Amino acid sequence: MKKIEAIIQPFKLEPVKEALHRISVQGMTVTEVKGFGRQKGIREVYRGMEYQVDFLPKVKIEVIAPDDKVQTIVETIMNVARTGRIGDGKIFVYPVAEVVRIRTGETGEAAV
Amino acid sequence: MNAANTAFVLVSAALVMFMTPGLALFYGGMVRGKNVLGTLMQNFILIALIGVEWALFGYSLAFGPSIKGIIGNLDWAGLAGVGAAPFKAYSDTIPHSAFMVFQMMFAIITPALITGAWAERLKFSSFLIFIVLWATLVYDPVAHWVWGDGGWLKGLGALDFAGGTVVHINAGIAALAAVLVLGKREGYGKEAFIPHNLPMTVLGAGILWFGWFGFNAGSALAADGLGTSAFVATQLGASAATLSWCATEWIVRGKPTTLGAASGAVAGLVAITPAAGFVGPLSAILIGLGAGFLCYLAVLAKPKLGYDDSLDVVGVHGVGGVWGALATGLFASKAVNAAGANGLFFGNPAQLGIQALAVLTTLVYSFGLSWILLKIVDAVFGLRVSREDEVAGLDLTEHQEAGYSL
Repeated sequence: MKKIEAIIQPFKLEPVKEALHRISVQGMTVTEVKGFGRQKGIREVYRGMEYQVDFLPKVKIEVIAPDDKVQTIVETIMNVARTGRIGDGKIFVYPVAEVVRIRTGETGEAAV
Repeated sequence: MNAANTAFVLVSAALVMFMTPGLALFYGGMVRGKNVLGTLMQNFILIALIGVEWALFGYSLAFGPSIKGIIGNLDWAGLAGVGAAPFKAYSDTIPHSAFMVFQMMFAIITPALITGAWAERLKFSSFLIFIVLWATLVYDPVAHWVWGDGGWLKGLGALDFAGGTVVHINAGIAALAAVLVLGKREGYGKEAFIPHNLPMTVLGAGILWFGWFGFNAGSALAADGLGTSAFVATQLGASAATLSWCATEWIVRGKPTTLGAASGAVAGLVAITPAAGFVGPLSAILIGLGAGFLCYLAVLAKPKLGYDDSLDVVGVHGVGGVWGALATGLFASKAVNAAGANGLFFGNPAQLGIQALAVLTTLVYSFGLSWILLKIVDAVFGLRVSREDEVAGLDLTEHQEAGYSL
């Protein structure tokens, strides 16, 4: 099992969710996050005072999947979330040691 | 006695009262999230604190029988003799207590305006002490000079329809004294001080605009043509200033901002306040256009002048108030209000001089005494919270609460 963690542009959340639904992903966790990468910050102006805002709003999606589905999921997110402009985000894949469904006590892939 | 006038003044008093929570939201949205309650609280508590001060002795000092035009005596302390019968020098058509409670709301919002200047760093206990001293020793005398029966500036013929000098110049210049005594916020100029909730600020500006009809039209103290004329001038002054602030920043910075629109509206309302009952509609538009432009430039100049006026009380109320008071000396017309005077553009240049004298007197008196009072309160009690508390935020350290959970 793997955890796929994708940091994407906030406005791409809905299309990515729809696309993952279509390839039968059963669940996901979504967090509003802030950060910066190569895009760096933006400038905001309040009553003429200019501020460099380094941390930009992004959305983090976490999906747990069996090993054989990981490639499809990563490709789906990549295709849907891409605009081709700087700031599209990144995808990380981590190994998952164990999954437990709290209600039934099922473990492993049955609990995903 | 006139039932329509009484009803109108009581409703206007309620409208002016509503401006203070509106101001709290206007200011509250502009601070960082950790100081939102501290900012709201300084405004909200004044509705209560000055309400009691006004009844006990404030109204008597400001409007009571005059001691040589300088201040009222204490004959009306505890509202003794202030009841249902009209007091002719203020209005012979409404109960004296209706006039008193209408003026109470002005006494409440004026110190509330100053709270924007020292936002995010003033200790709450010292705030309460300073504000009672300021209301008693600065606001009450200045209100007496300009509006009190026998007040010396009123005797000279200075025009201030609804509080340009008494309210806005007074609060604006006290704000300058406060930021000079207090110093800058921790991290000012290094960290980004970004408003945490601009929708709250825009809503607050809308409530201020709404309440301001009571402030200006209500100052006619009658449901008549003059009150209506002041109502129209108020709408036009605010509208024109909103447009000119946005247009100026669009040209200077490339984008019109919602904070600019909200700020422009307030600047226009400030500037039209002294003029509302003395000027016609086109004059009101010109006063508003000037206010949006001048106040935006004043706000732009702040970083270069080196003081940390957190929410631009000096730039909006001080500069807008001075412009409005002087503009009244330019645009006032007896065709609008026979009881007023003509201004420079209507053949009476002397009026501009009288307006300038009222402005200058208020600037000097309010700045000087505010500065002294702040120094005394600082020496005895300390004005600022500790550095650690300032970094943690006033909501938690002064009030043991958080504005937002999760």
